[in-house]
Amino acid sequence: MSESLVVPTMAEMLAEGKQPEVLFWVGCAGSFDDRAKKITKAFVRILNRTNVSFAVLGTEESCTGDPAKRAGNEFLFQMQAMMNIEVLNAYEAKKIVTACPHCFNTLKNEYPELGGNYEVIHHTEFLKSLINDGRLTVEGGQFKGKKITFHDPCYLGRANKVYEAPRDLIQKLDVELVEMKRSKANGLCCGAGGAQMFKDAEPGNKEVNVLRTEDALEVKPDIIAAGCPFCNTMLTDGIKHAHKEGEVKVMDVAELIANAQDL
Amino acid sequence: MSYLDNILFAILLIVGFGFFAASVKKIIRNINLGVDVDRKDNPKARWKNMALIALGQSKMVRRPVAGILHIFVYVGFIIINIELLEIIIDGLFGTHRVFAPYLGVVYDVLIASFEILAILVIFAVTVFWIRRNVIRLKRFINSDLNGFPKSDANYILYFETVLMILFLLMNASDLHLQNVPGGYSHFHKAGSYPISQFIAPIFNGTSNELVGLLFEVFWWLHIVGILVFMNYLYFSKHLHILLAFPNTYFANLKPEGQFDNLESVTKEVKLMMDPNADPFAAAPVDENAAPAKFGASDVQDLNWVQLLNAYTCTECGRCTSSCPANQTGKKLSPRKIMMDTRDRLTEVGKNIDANKGVFVPDNKSLLNDYITPEELWACTSCNACVEECPVNISPLSIIMDMRRYLVMEQSAAPMPLNAMMTNIENNGAPWQYSQQDRLNWKNEN
Repeated sequence: MSESLVVPTMAEMLAEGKQPEVLFWVGCAGSFDDRAKKITKAFVRILNRTNVSFAVLGTEESCTGDPAKRAGNEFLFQMQAMMNIEVLNAYEAKKIVTACPHCFNTLKNEYPELGGNYEVIHHTEFLKSLINDGRLTVEGGQFKGKKITFHDPCYLGRANKVYEAPRDLIQKLDVELVEMKRSKANGLCCGAGGAQMFKDAEPGNKEVNVLRTEDALEVKPDIIAAGCPFCNTMLTDGIKHAHKEGEVKVMDVAELIANAQDL
Repeated sequence: MSYLDNILFAILLIVGFGFFAASVKKIIRNINLGVDVDRKDNPKARWKNMALIALGQSKMVRRPVAGILHIFVYVGFIIINIELLEIIIDGLFGTHRVFAPYLGVVYDVLIASFEILAILVIFAVTVFWIRRNVIRLKRFINSDLNGFPKSDANYILYFETVLMILFLLMNASDLHLQNVPGGYSHFHKAGSYPISQFIAPIFNGTSNELVGLLFEVFWWLHIVGILVFMNYLYFSKHLHILLAFPNTYFANLKPEGQFDNLESVTKEVKLMMDPNADPFAAAPVDENAAPAKFGASDVQDLNWVQLLNAYTCTECGRCTSSCPANQTGKKLSPRKIMMDTRDRLTEVGKNIDANKGVFVPDNKSLLNDYITPEELWACTSCNACVEECPVNISPLSIIMDMRRYLVMEQSAAPMPLNAMMTNIENNGAPWQYSQQDRLNWKNEN
């Protein structure tokens, strides 16, 4: 890493009397999971480089409640939601960006009814808007000519119909974007959604992430791109299961962009 | 003598439609056993959904072979039913091809197109039968369908074939008599018969009286067949030909990932978080109110749209074949969730009928007696089943409501999920990390 990260918190911003352009919702995985933290940092490096004024909640951020809700614990979900909404409303948050499709879906769709109204965007949509506004330029760099396939996270794709933003970003890298036989609305789950990440799978004859990784390996990619920290973990495990960790990498779209620019 | 025919026909129609009306009434009553949910907003988007998905079959053609064949059967059935109008008038008033003199060439075109559709229906239905019984596509031999559902699917195919063959035989015998030199009885020249003209020669050499009688037989069997088939709908997955329309109209318009926020929970959580609330204040008592149940353990806890979904499901299994849990050998089958819901609802309906309009508890419920927790916990909530359903059914919403019951009423979540929930409660994260460490990544390398 060439330079250290600048990560202001909302509290610090407020103390200076400033309101950032966008609040970066890091999420539990992005804060604590070793693999996902790299995605968080890659995204921050892009934000720093493009001089986007942003801030995080830091220690004031808490779980959105997504896994509790999908597990059926509506009580816990709503308690989390209302506490988060209090914090977000206190900072008068308007625009939220997040690299986690689960946080994205919950904040965007389920918080408004409980009093939390924000413009919520996924980091791939945000990066795309930076390119559209001319604030970020992307070239292939080390990925030029590589074969990349994109795995649609269920909570980004089917759940919220964001299919194009991540693909547009990948295509900016001068790479060969190949589609799996199941993609976009027909995509197959990575196996982590609906709180499955936090429990053992029911008995069956295969793990979902193994099946999904087979889909991806079928198109013989150099890199499997993802837009969700949970998909990332599941597919990375799938690659290990297939003993392909030397040949195929699983990377978040933000990491692709950051690494292409040598950030 | 001829009046006897007309009276018999009128009785047949009244009985046929009478039974049908009684079935429809029962279905509506059963659907209304569900909890209320507002699905009347945004009528414009709803009509559009219905036009595209039910009328336009837009989601059927995502699987092109089945989609196009289905369109043959669908268009065939709808259009041939225009013919039914003529049959009913002829039957009631003793006329024969009553529309022919008024429509002229248009009548020729109509009859010709009915015939072509009839043969396309026979073709499509044959392919469907082969897919089910010879090729044995995985989703059609799945154990969900064992017993009646498998037979039901085949009965429908046989029924449709027989009805179409009767229709063509009726036309062929009519055509034969139209061409009798010098004319025969009331069989005047009318219509164009691109298909049955090839069938008509089988009547060559048969006496006109016998062909006339055969025509009557085909005509009666055809109309009786249609009335019987109409009344079979109530017992069959074929009910989708009617319910696909309201089902797509009332389908969810919100993003697929947006699950509803339980209002009863919102009230309690707000009270919990309100520093001014008096924890010892007695809740306002409503003597008549049943204690609210969180989530669903039986069909009456589901909302009416979910129950409508259950009646609409045609058991095609596209949901199950796209379900990641099912594809990896887990017990969950979204189709089975819908079939179980319908079976239980039918059972509850019968219970109500047997007990003079009130449901008498039968010590059974949708949960456990039909759907096991193992099935419910295998779901990744990925929405593949919802996306795939050709008529916008959501098995996922039923799965989620039942999970809510398991967790909030029975505290019966799998142990690791309990640990995850405890972590969220205590640390604000599903893992056991302190909230104070949330920003540590900033300074790590």
